[in-house]
Amino acid sequence: MSAPTAPGGAPGGATTAPGTDPILVVDGLATTFASPRGEVRAVDGVSLSIQRGRTLGLVGESGSGKSVLSRSIMGLLPGTASRTGSISFEGVDLSDWGDNEYRSMWGTEMAMIFQDPMTALNPVMKVGKQITESLRFHLDMDKSTAKETAVELLRSVRIPEPEKRFGTYPHKMSGGMRQRVVIAVALACGPKLLFADEPTTALDVTVQAQVLDLLGEQQRERFMAMILVTHDLGVVAGRAHDIAVMYAGRIVETAPTARLFASMKMPYTEALLSAIPKLSDAPHTKLVAIGGRPPDLVNPPQGCAFAPRCPYARDRCLEEAPVLRATDDDPSHRFACHYPVDSEQTIEIKDRLTAARLIAERNTEADDGR
Amino acid sequence: MTQHQHGGPDHSEAETPGVGLAPSLIAGAEAAGVAIGDDVPVASSGPKKLGIGAWLAITWLGGWVLLAILAPVLPIPDPTETFPEIARQGPTDGHPLGGDALGRDLLSRIIWGGRASFAVGFGAVAVGLAIGGLLGLVTGFFRGKTDAIITPLMSLLLAIPQFVLALSLVTVLASSDDVSSVRRIGVVIIGLGVVSIPILGRITRANTLSWSEREFVTAARAMGARSWRIMFRDVLPNVVPAMLSIALLGVGVAIIAEGGLSVFGVGVQLPTPSWGNIIAEARGQLRTAPHIVMFTSIVLFLTVLALNYLGDVISQRFEVREGQL
Repeated sequence: MSAPTAPGGAPGGATTAPGTDPILVVDGLATTFASPRGEVRAVDGVSLSIQRGRTLGLVGESGSGKSVLSRSIMGLLPGTASRTGSISFEGVDLSDWGDNEYRSMWGTEMAMIFQDPMTALNPVMKVGKQITESLRFHLDMDKSTAKETAVELLRSVRIPEPEKRFGTYPHKMSGGMRQRVVIAVALACGPKLLFADEPTTALDVTVQAQVLDLLGEQQRERFMAMILVTHDLGVVAGRAHDIAVMYAGRIVETAPTARLFASMKMPYTEALLSAIPKLSDAPHTKLVAIGGRPPDLVNPPQGCAFAPRCPYARDRCLEEAPVLRATDDDPSHRFACHYPVDSEQTIEIKDRLTAARLIAERNTEADDGR
Repeated sequence: MTQHQHGGPDHSEAETPGVGLAPSLIAGAEAAGVAIGDDVPVASSGPKKLGIGAWLAITWLGGWVLLAILAPVLPIPDPTETFPEIARQGPTDGHPLGGDALGRDLLSRIIWGGRASFAVGFGAVAVGLAIGGLLGLVTGFFRGKTDAIITPLMSLLLAIPQFVLALSLVTVLASSDDVSSVRRIGVVIIGLGVVSIPILGRITRANTLSWSEREFVTAARAMGARSWRIMFRDVLPNVVPAMLSIALLGVGVAIIAEGGLSVFGVGVQLPTPSWGNIIAEARGQLRTAPHIVMFTSIVLFLTVLALNYLGDVISQRFEVREGQL
């Protein structure tokens, strides 16, 4: 277990099968930032776990704390942040770890792919060098072995002519190509846990699918646990085993992917999903947006954090914060809502809203007809 | 003087190239530099090519550095040898630039003076870069306590009038008459070097601050690299162009500052020539033998101009590269 998986090689070194002990267990993790206005509760009591070979999709809009959560687990927080709660990785408790302890894990045990490939590579260092650095440092490879491994890595992330690309600088590559290099750098030392922090946000749509497929393929081949952070439910839909939806620093709904899409409970999840434009929509259909803004994390609202933006909110939602609870029929599906999407009260409001919309539509049609 | 326009003590990290010792001289040289820069389209000739101006500057500088280094083997008279017949005389046969007040060959003195002037210029900046650059890099990269202690000290050093500081340092360390000229040059280098520490330090710190924010630094950390390694391998190479650009300006400033010190009698010790002390020594002869000051000043002026221009070229090319990112 201590020896890192050989990079570029077969998915060896896997000693845990899916369904056994989770590689990462996070319990009650909270991260706060000191700010002039007060404490910003960026992550507020998150618990999750993930096994090797599985992908967890972490979904939420900007400012929901998903990136901070992954950086908290990685121990990559700036000095103004403080972290509480417990994190255990392969049974080792990392809760009190600082940089010095983490350094032995970074790269070899856990690695991160960053959002923007334009800034995640050193502009004055050759691409190959950025990969071989960690190979030589962590795995004690000699120069030629490191180079061979790096070329192999570049090939495995589908970079054409890897030998040639090895000696070029990042600015001579396209965004998609650079993100592949970033992935190669992260994979170099064979991490067991990979964080992908919005890996495709900065990329062209046509390249997004390729990069995501590549990530999924590498994850399966190397039998890594992967936490895929994104704001797009569509991105994780076909790729993650489980999905956790975050809002205002908390997980508000989590379930296996199929289950989540089949019977989502949380109005926020529903809103996120309906914000994805559908191919079946008529041309010029108005894009659906979630009204309002995420709450202020310095003074979070007293009740449910989503209540001010929720079309189905009732008095109870504004007073009492819902806790994460399991659904009646599936313990792996948990949500935090007083009036889930399929509850009587919510359906009632939904019907009313639908009726209102239909009437409005008919009126506009009538207007057009005149 | 110039640093006062920076305003607040800590927040203005702006790279004002003229920060230095002899503002009026530098300002003149720079104004001329801009004019030449406009004539020569450096930017339009593509990112790979250096403009004619840059090549002229490199040739001029390279030529003088070469002359200065080769001075002992060049077929020129000894700079301390006097020829009574050419005293205060303009160019004549065998003495292309004429003689100085004591009848010493002016060309020879200017070439030998280049040795001292370049030694002072490059030496002082090397001292400033080594100490100031390192301090700037460390404070910009680690911030926190290191920054809270070192940066105010640098601001303090910056608040003392630069010329007075250099003057007092040299006066205290080597003012007696029996000091050897080599030691005097060393002391001038140290004095001007100390003065340049906070300037180079602040510019390095400002650039380090902005580069340390980049994601690739976090990425390097996330791959398990140690802080010092990240600082030297990832951040420093990105900061070097800015350091180099300001350092070239600094060389010019130091060469001129040495001249200023010479006027006060604490520059390079006569009879060892430096461009500064040739001018300082001959300033009484302006009416009778203007060619001494004139020829030396032209060489000095063009050299500083070339240095400033090259500094600009470097910072321009640096910006181009950042734009391509």
